[in-house]
Amino acid sequence: MTEDILKLSDSQLDALKEVGNVGAGNAATALSQIIQRKIDMAVPQVAILPLGEVPDVVGGPDTMVAGVFLRVYGPAPSSILFILPRESAFYLVDTLMGRTDRKEDILDDMDQSALLEIGNILAGAYLNALSYFTKFTMLPSIPALAMDMAGAILSIILIQLGQMGDHALVIETEFTTEADGVKGHFFLIPDPGSLSTILSAIGVKE
Amino acid sequence: MAELIKVGMADYKVGANPASLISYGLGSCVGIALYDPVAKVGGLAHIMLPDSKQARSSENPAKFADTCLPLMLADMIRDGATKMRITAKIAGGAQMFTFANATDIMRVGERNSEAVRVVLKQLALKIVAEDTGGNYGRTVELNLTNGIFRIKTIDKGEKEL
Repeated sequence: MTEDILKLSDSQLDALKEVGNVGAGNAATALSQIIQRKIDMAVPQVAILPLGEVPDVVGGPDTMVAGVFLRVYGPAPSSILFILPRESAFYLVDTLMGRTDRKEDILDDMDQSALLEIGNILAGAYLNALSYFTKFTMLPSIPALAMDMAGAILSIILIQLGQMGDHALVIETEFTTEADGVKGHFFLIPDPGSLSTILSAIGVKE
Repeated sequence: MAELIKVGMADYKVGANPASLISYGLGSCVGIALYDPVAKVGGLAHIMLPDSKQARSSENPAKFADTCLPLMLADMIRDGATKMRITAKIAGGAQMFTFANATDIMRVGERNSEAVRVVLKQLALKIVAEDTGGNYGRTVELNLTNGIFRIKTIDKGEKEL
């Protein structure tokens, strides 16, 4: 099967959306349990975008965000990137640590480690769904954290995709907590070649 | 106010005094500013990858160091720049995430910077200033009135090259 993401059929895109839906649903449930807040999840977007437009999904290339990045190992190597606006990252760690008196706009070691752990748990929950659909064993790497401009953080995956073409297939889900507006974006980016493996495994070849 | 021309990822733009060229949020990508101080004509490129020959199909030459820079140089000369006077300033090429066993894709920032240096040398363009590496993002802006290349970061301050 060739892998031209511009030629994916509607049923293939729908299948990917369903995987995104269940995966992000699992992840949202996990996040909701961690911070003990109700979390709303938007319908996942499966979009094929020119590489340069991907940062607009999270507010533009110079938006300040925290990103947790993980590699996924297994038959369909992929990358996972969990992106939170800066304020949401602070809110999330403060909630988790039971803190109400944030003075400084920095993440200390403990905060960073908490965010990494959240990324880890969310990725695990997401990958459970993906494993369920594909019957593949998918293992996440140790997560890495960066707090910077969205364009800079996304460059790690965009560059990789850029080696194969000029567009990105983005499976993206937005989370929001009810009252206090923690927002997050969860990206699953199959490596070149992995997309066809995933589509074959879930049985939608065309 | 002078015009501010945005340069997206995998893109380049040329312009002239009194405009400025800006590119937001470079991570492992590299921003290359070329400037002719007499004609006050310049260009800003935001490349993603070192080498077009190592990639599969692409319709966009601005994505690669080796194919983007000759095009940008030609456009500047068309707009009145003289090659002898053009100098280069480069920024970016960071490694945003640190892993214990970084693979090639993690080190792409370093490879991008190196490729840019090689291509500029081939084009006989001198690099007069450089701010590359690190683990942080940069927004870069080239002022076409004076050739100042301003680099903004989130918490590593601001500098002018």
